[in-house]
Amino acid sequence: MNPPVGTPFFFYLLSATVLIGGVLVITRKNAVHSALALITALLAQAGLYLMLYAPFVAGVQIILYAGGIMVLFLFVIMLISIERSQKERQFNKQWLVGIAAAAALGGLFIAVYTKGKSLFPEGSLTYAEAGNTQGVADLLYSQHSGIYMFAFEIASLLLLVAIIGAVVMAKKRI
Amino acid sequence: MEAMLHITTLHYLVLGAALFLLGVIGVLTRRNVVIVLMSIELILNAVNLNLVAFSRYWQGIHGSTALHGQVFAIFIITDAAAEAAVGLGILIAFFRNKETVNVDEVNLLKW
Repeated sequence: MNPPVGTPFFFYLLSATVLIGGVLVITRKNAVHSALALITALLAQAGLYLMLYAPFVAGVQIILYAGGIMVLFLFVIMLISIERSQKERQFNKQWLVGIAAAAALGGLFIAVYTKGKSLFPEGSLTYAEAGNTQGVADLLYSQHSGIYMFAFEIASLLLLVAIIGAVVMAKKRI
Repeated sequence: MEAMLHITTLHYLVLGAALFLLGVIGVLTRRNVVIVLMSIELILNAVNLNLVAFSRYWQGIHGSTALHGQVFAIFIITDAAAEAAVGLGILIAFFRNKETVNVDEVNLLKW
């Protein structure tokens, strides 16, 4: 099998897209602009999933996240009036404390990753391309190796609760 | 330079950590509830990226059927969908009562 071409280039391109999208999400005044930046970041992340040989997760990311959840967000942004919130102050009074807390967390990440670097092997990852979607389905549904079948049922129950909860919350009079 | 050109698991973990931090900053500092919810989506996506990267690493050791990380990522996407539905429902109820989307106005339980 031929190795993929230009992996570092695409990794850095997609990473830059994800990070710039993330920065735009948390800095834009207009919530619609934030949502569009988040959609861009999510699509770039789907590209990263493809680079990690996870085509099924990439498809779910595009269909469910960029196509479903973000449409829900845009609907709600259009239901509520955004003119007033644009004129207000965008960051709260604790922004300094918030950035300090995030910096502390970032320091923790840096410490963990520099200490734990030896846990991960050097060099690029191997190319293991096989039936990805089938493997995921085997883990979820198969009679013999489907160890996540119970968790899958719990997830469907969670979705039912979320449907009922969303209707109860959003409806004016039950 | 050598470390830049061979994309390893650690590269993806660092990207995930950066994305997680962006989400944390958004949750802690923004006042608009919609953008706080979007920042939570950023955090969940950072975790998903880590899980899929670890799944890739695990496949290199245990063969291509070791897809546990990807299954977990799908569960987290399910959770994100449920969280977005309920969160936006709460947001609509809040907007109906207070006519604002400002987090600082959510102070009914404050003493």
